[in-house]
Amino acid sequence: MNHNEQHETAHKPVKRKEMTRRQFLSYTLGGATAFMSMGAVLPMLRFAVDPLLEKKQTGAFVKVIEEGKVTSEPQQVDFKVHQVDGWYESDPKMQAYIAKGDDGKVFALSPICKHLGCTISWSGPEAPNLYHCPCHGARYTKDGKNLKVAPKPLDEYEVKVDNGWVYLGPLEPNTRV
Amino acid sequence: MFKGMYNWIDERLDVTPMWRDIADHEVPEHVNPAHHFSAFVYCFGGLTFFITVIQILSGMFLTMYYVPDIINAYYSVDYLQHQVAFGVIVRGMHHWGASLVIVMMFLHTLRVFFTGSYKAPREMNWVVGMLIFFVMLGLGFTGYLLPWDNKAYFATKVGLEIAGSVPWIGGYIKELLNGGSIVGAQTLTRFFAIHVFFLPGVLLTLLAAHFFMIRKQGISGPL
Repeated sequence: MNHNEQHETAHKPVKRKEMTRRQFLSYTLGGATAFMSMGAVLPMLRFAVDPLLEKKQTGAFVKVIEEGKVTSEPQQVDFKVHQVDGWYESDPKMQAYIAKGDDGKVFALSPICKHLGCTISWSGPEAPNLYHCPCHGARYTKDGKNLKVAPKPLDEYEVKVDNGWVYLGPLEPNTRV
Repeated sequence: MFKGMYNWIDERLDVTPMWRDIADHEVPEHVNPAHHFSAFVYCFGGLTFFITVIQILSGMFLTMYYVPDIINAYYSVDYLQHQVAFGVIVRGMHHWGASLVIVMMFLHTLRVFFTGSYKAPREMNWVVGMLIFFVMLGLGFTGYLLPWDNKAYFATKVGLEIAGSVPWIGGYIKELLNGGSIVGAQTLTRFFAIHVFFLPGVLLTLLAAHFFMIRKQGISGPL
């Protein structure tokens, strides 16, 4: 090792751990910019997803039909539920197909097709003793079991029988198939 | 007089090089229908843009009467179409243009595909074009709900069911687009906002990138 080289290593600039002034300033500036843009963007994002996070209204039970009138043949009943849609409150008409199952229990199916949400109806020339959907030809059995096209069985209303009357509550996944 | 005005401005701002750079460029012979009539296939991109401009203009005018409210939306569309002078024409432009823009875009895509214009170095422009395609479909989907008639309502319901069938996150996408759990008042305002502000903003940005790239890279050579 010659003298010259030794001299060089001794005078190598000290490796400092601190960042340079330029780096510090760009980090500060970048951080402040990020913070300020977040301040602008976050309120808007929260604003946009509000309906996702809002508490869902819990469905109350609605009186629809006398228990004695329910037969083993599904029959369509119309009833009204109170619905809050943002600033718009209404009482839209809902539909259900009510029938007595082979087990003697009253059950109510939603007529909303599980394929793509069209409205199905019971029986008819093209599908005797089946539910059929006019849009893409989905078929369901009386219990709501999906036979064709639809990926899932029909939804079921929660049913309560009280004092000879049938009450319908919120929708739930089919429990009969 | 116009020449004088132009010169007055040009002396101060030197605008000639600016518009020359945008508008003054040679069209190669193989894309000029005046030379080879079959070159009309190269016009579909420009026609798509032309119809897009008509869509933007007619849409701007439609919002003078339209309200995105579930009580009044249908009546406002009915009014602007049947009571307002030339309402049939302005709404007709927007209605038919919406379908036509998809057709033109499709033909443009076919031309690009069969002339192999998507190949290097133009791959990025193909990708941007595809993004434009999806934005256009989004514009069609959101615009379809706005008249708030039965067809609009059920088409949207079906469309949102399709969105909901996406694995894992489908439910969230559906609810986010829905603005709640039903297709209702908040869905209509949301779709309106997406249709007239969000997607057009995205579309114009993508179009700028599309045009910048075609100017930078030039039209692809003859077959």
